[in-house]
Amino acid sequence: MTTLDEVKRRAESDAKTYGYHLNPDPAFLKDLLEGLKSNEERYGYPSCPCRLASGKFEFDRDIICPCDYRDPDAMEFGACYCGLYVRKDVYESKTSLSPVPERRPMEKQARAYSMADVAEEKPSEPIASAKKPSDVKLKLWYCKQCGYVVFREDPPYICPICKAKREFFAELQMRLDMFS
Amino acid sequence: MNVVKVVGKNNKHKVFMYALSTCAWCKMTKRFLKDNNVEFEYVDVDLVVGKDKEKVKQEILDKGGSLSYPTIVVDDNILINGFRKDKIKEALEL
Repeated sequence: MTTLDEVKRRAESDAKTYGYHLNPDPAFLKDLLEGLKSNEERYGYPSCPCRLASGKFEFDRDIICPCDYRDPDAMEFGACYCGLYVRKDVYESKTSLSPVPERRPMEKQARAYSMADVAEEKPSEPIASAKKPSDVKLKLWYCKQCGYVVFREDPPYICPICKAKREFFAELQMRLDMFS
Repeated sequence: MNVVKVVGKNNKHKVFMYALSTCAWCKMTKRFLKDNNVEFEYVDVDLVVGKDKEKVKQEILDKGGSLSYPTIVVDDNILINGFRKDKIKEALEL
């Protein structure tokens, strides 16, 4: 079982790598780390404590901490959605955080609510968005600025390597003749 | 669905909160309401099972809310999204 200390160490190490700080409020930070620990125990991965997870890895991939939304949220609001990671200037100013608006697309949020019904779903029901984890289509995306390649449903908001924006990502089309 | 009622002296408004058991903002909101002796009910949506989850989702959306937590409904008509202390204070006359 993951201990609270391990969850904290992991978060600290990630914060250091990407130039963030952890939430300066000790009680707030403890709540967040405990939430991550609970999620890791019940789902098998540390999904965002402040978002509803489906329990299906493919559906929750974008909200596994550090989530896909952290970098754009930290850039715009000074902290990630749950408040675990904060930007240096916000950390140093000691001002209290305001809630960060949800950036995750509604169709991805909605998946967590319909998961319970998948087993008893009638085939005639219209499918609004991906209902089964196998409906999630993964693609290869590459950063036109630095060449970073990622195999995910959507391209990153910000390139983790060179910080280029999402617009710099294009789908990588693979052809067999590329290897000949 | 397991709705938890927290009793408090300050009960002139009906307060209902949609929360997550793991969410730090939700915990902070619960603490704030308790500290102010506010009577309120809440449901931890992550602990709701089966089809009730979809029902909760529809309930929140019907009230004009979004699926982020906490979502606080005061007197069935004022909706507060997130732990916005000033808005909560105003709606509850604290």
